[in-house]
Amino acid sequence: MKLEISLSPEILFHVGSIPVSNAFFWSWLVFAFLIVGAIIFGRSLKMRPSKFQNIMEMMIGGAYDFVESMMGDKKKAMRVFPLVFTMFFFIFFCNLLTYIPGQSAISLKTAGGVAPLFRAVISDYGLVFVMTMISVIVTQVVSVAVMGPLAYIGKFFNFTSPLNFFLGLMDLVGELAKVMSLSFRLFGNIFAGEVLGAVMLFLFPFLLPLPFAILGLLTAVVQPFVFSVLTLVFISMAAQSESGEGKNGESVSAA
Amino acid sequence: MDMEAAKYIGAGIAIGLGAIGPALGEGNIGARAMEAIGRNPEASGKIAPLMFVAMAITESTGIYSLVIALIILFA
Repeated sequence: MKLEISLSPEILFHVGSIPVSNAFFWSWLVFAFLIVGAIIFGRSLKMRPSKFQNIMEMMIGGAYDFVESMMGDKKKAMRVFPLVFTMFFFIFFCNLLTYIPGQSAISLKTAGGVAPLFRAVISDYGLVFVMTMISVIVTQVVSVAVMGPLAYIGKFFNFTSPLNFFLGLMDLVGELAKVMSLSFRLFGNIFAGEVLGAVMLFLFPFLLPLPFAILGLLTAVVQPFVFSVLTLVFISMAAQSESGEGKNGESVSAA
Repeated sequence: MDMEAAKYIGAGIAIGLGAIGPALGEGNIGARAMEAIGRNPEASGKIAPLMFVAMAITESTGIYSLVIALIILFA
C-alpha cells in the first residue's frame, strides 16, 4: 500500500475545457447549500422563534457582539460583520464536512487514474488564496477610503528621512507578507490535518487516528475563528483615523 | 547524493528546525495560562479561548515550515 497525497486537488472531469477538481466540486455544493439554506431560513423567520431559529439567533447575536466590541462602533460593525461572519461560517462548515463518516471511501475512475470524490475544501490552496486576497484587498480599500489616496501612498514612500523611508518600505513588505501568512496558516493547518490523518491510518488503522481526529476538530473550529478575527483586526486597524498609524500596525502584521 | 535522498533530508530539516520555535512559544503560553487560572480560577472560562487563539497564531510559523516540507516531499 502506498500513501497517496497530493498538494493540488484531483481533477474529476471536464466541463467544456474547464477542469473540475473535487475540491471545486464540493465548494460549489457548499455554496449552493448555504445560499439555498439562507434563503429558505430567511423567508421562514418568525416573531416567535422556533428551536433552530433560537440557536441561530444566539450564534449570530454573540458573534455580532464580539465584532462590535472589536470595532468599537456600531455603524462600522454593521458594515464589516457580514463579510467576516460569512468567512467564518463558510470555512467552519467546510471543515465540518470532513467529519462525515465514510466520505473518503468513495472514489471515481477518471482519465488520470482513480481519484477520491471528496476532498477537504479548505485544503485547496486556490480557494484559500482567493479568500485571503478578498480580505487583504478590502483592508487596502478601507485604508485608502479613510486616509485618502495621497496619504495612503505616502505611508509607504516617505522621503522625510532615511529611517522613515526604510520603515515605509518595511510596511509595504508587511502588507505583502499578510497574503502569505494569512493563507498559509489556514491552508497548512487543514492540509496538515488531512495528511496526519492519512499517515496515522496507514500506521495503525482505526484506533490511532481517533485522537488526531479530535485534535483536528479543535483546529476546525479555531482556524476559521483566527482567520476571520485577523481579517477583522486588519480592517479595524485600517478604519482607524491616521492618528495612531504605523505604531500598533507593525506588531499585528507580524503575527 | 541523488535527488530523492536530498528531498527527504531537506524536508526533515525544514520541519525539525521549524518546530522548535512554536514548541517553546506554545509551552510558554500554556504555562502562563495555567498560572493565570491558578491565581484566578473564576477567569478560566475567559482565559481558555484566548489561550487557544494565541496558540493557533503561535503555531503558524511551525505550520509554514510544515507546508514547505510537504511541498518539498509531494510537489
